[in-house]
Amino acid sequence: MIANNPFSANFDQSGLSREEIGLLRRVAGLMIPQSEAFGVPGADDPLIFADLLASLGRDLPAIREALSLVKQTQQSDAADLAAMLTSTRPDLCASLVSVVTRCYYRDNRVMKSIGMAVRAPYPEGFSIEPNDLTLLDPVKARGRRYRLVADE
Amino acid sequence: MEPVDVLIIGAGASGAAVAWSLAETRMRILCLEQGDWVRQSEFPSHGRDWEERQYGDFSISPNRRGLPADYPIHEDDSPIKVANYNAVGGGTILYAAHFPRMHPSDFRVRTLDGVADDWPISYQTLEPYFELNDRMMGVASLAGDPAYPPKAAILPPLSMGKTGRLFGRAMNQLGWHWWPADAAIATQAYEGRAPCIHLGHCIAGCSQGAKASTDITYWPEALRQRVALRTRCRVREICTNRDGRATGVIYYDELGKEQFQAAEVVIMACNGIGTPRLLLNSTSSRFPHGLANSSGLVGKRLMFHPYALARGYFDEPLDGYRGSHIVAWSQEFYETDRSREFVRGFTWQFGRGQGPVQTAMSGMAWGKIPWGDGHHAAFRRIFDRSAGMLAICEDLPELHNRVELDPVLKDAHGIPAPRIHYRLSENSKRMMAFAQTKAEEILVTAGARDIVTESPLSYAGWHLMGTARMGEDPEESVVNPWGRTHDVKNLFIVDASVFVTSGGVNPTATIQAIALYIADQIKQRLTHLFDD
Repeated sequence: MIANNPFSANFDQSGLSREEIGLLRRVAGLMIPQSEAFGVPGADDPLIFADLLASLGRDLPAIREALSLVKQTQQSDAADLAAMLTSTRPDLCASLVSVVTRCYYRDNRVMKSIGMAVRAPYPEGFSIEPNDLTLLDPVKARGRRYRLVADE
Repeated sequence: MEPVDVLIIGAGASGAAVAWSLAETRMRILCLEQGDWVRQSEFPSHGRDWEERQYGDFSISPNRRGLPADYPIHEDDSPIKVANYNAVGGGTILYAAHFPRMHPSDFRVRTLDGVADDWPISYQTLEPYFELNDRMMGVASLAGDPAYPPKAAILPPLSMGKTGRLFGRAMNQLGWHWWPADAAIATQAYEGRAPCIHLGHCIAGCSQGAKASTDITYWPEALRQRVALRTRCRVREICTNRDGRATGVIYYDELGKEQFQAAEVVIMACNGIGTPRLLLNSTSSRFPHGLANSSGLVGKRLMFHPYALARGYFDEPLDGYRGSHIVAWSQEFYETDRSREFVRGFTWQFGRGQGPVQTAMSGMAWGKIPWGDGHHAAFRRIFDRSAGMLAICEDLPELHNRVELDPVLKDAHGIPAPRIHYRLSENSKRMMAFAQTKAEEILVTAGARDIVTESPLSYAGWHLMGTARMGEDPEESVVNPWGRTHDVKNLFIVDASVFVTSGGVNPTATIQAIALYIADQIKQRLTHLFDD
């Protein structure tokens, strides 16, 4: 999952400049900070952020535009930054949220913390409780709901 | 290229069904598909990045995916964006497998409600094909749904889980219809398909192979009967001769080389955007405005289903991301009721929760999860504790909603791309508003502590209908009541382009029933197929 370390020589493969990388890491940390109470890292954690940089993919142009906006505003408060982005460019805000959360919520530590098994869905799958079809008795009792048409 | 008897363009829901049905004729049948086979091992749920890939190579938007099989769509002038998938299996690769049929009343909207037009065929016409298709796709359902005429169950119904129980109780309290959703998902081993193991996120492809996509249902059967399928072949235009008959197609093969494929009969199965695009790109001196377009209706009357979403957050843990998207449906408000401020109606598709990424993204978008220190606590309050519904609203046909060719945008082969123009009707807006109000009532009854609503859903243009509609009158329709174009006697259309109206249900079951019906019509008329 972890493609590279942001502090290694490879990090420029993300397509971002060093300044943009620094800015993105600051935004990621503001958006999802580390929490001792929940025992989870922030989105600016080195491993998570490296994954994030390696996974920008189709969002790279939008992220560069978003970072340009962030740089202009100099906001350092998470709520203020979110409010500014949401009000001015909700599309760019959504791109930032997307790239951060896509990698944050597949980190082993985070998945464990929210009660998820640290694995892909396949091949084990999941369990779903069985049906109680007696719940449908009142629906059956009410009878036909579709309209009859002349040619049927 | 050796000439063939039948050339099918597109290997998706309808192309696969028509290919399989015609195979018994022993005609030489070839299908050209612009996409490729997708292996189950390539689907997202094999990896930890299963949610991320739904925003990448398995995005529902062709513009976002931008894969070699995709063509761009200019959709700036539409509040609803196109969702599709280009591969063997087509849209059935990337759908939830919600499998309702249209209703008897859907084929008689002019007679019953005084809007749009009646279809030239009926539910009764399609009933045997619905049944056949249910068997071929392996549909899970529970017999006895009072919202439908009697129909057989092929496989046991989906596991509705905690979400189904929650909504079932609420609907019973309100006295409203609900029922386990028909789903093209194998709930037990069926025809070589493994049973559902509740991987979730069915839309992005089923690694288990439990979801019925036509690459694993119809196509293996059709190929065994010697139907040929050529992938990564994009058709540029349908060619015609001086008699106005289709002679074959020009296409680009997998190496990008231009080829001509001769055929006696051409069948289009390219969906409600791809079919008008190809017809409009097939101009000639005889057909200067596009093929089969003497009515001027090719590309006109585009219908989506506007979707109204409502989602509630509950105190108790629910199914979350586990299990199929779809759980149950309600057609309490499906039929017209003149006391409401709209005609026609909608189906509610009840669904489970979301994965962690979607929970975080939607939670932040809807203001339920803040940036910063409150993020973690807020996330945990809603993760695995949400459930909701989509109202699939009937969209009435309107001439100004249309597909045309973009004068600038082209695909990778230089073929003009489609451009769509679409406006929500007042009827649709009123229907969505009504659906949201009633959905909130359900969610409150179910015990939701917090509710969000959104309409129309923007990235939800899965259902592409009406752009080459069926009818008796050549001036008011593109194909006749058995799928042959009025203008070109050896050209057929079998996808949702031929829909006269949209109904308020996901269209795949009806699309495939129509494809099977048209295939039967072709078989019955083989000796006089091209007669007037």
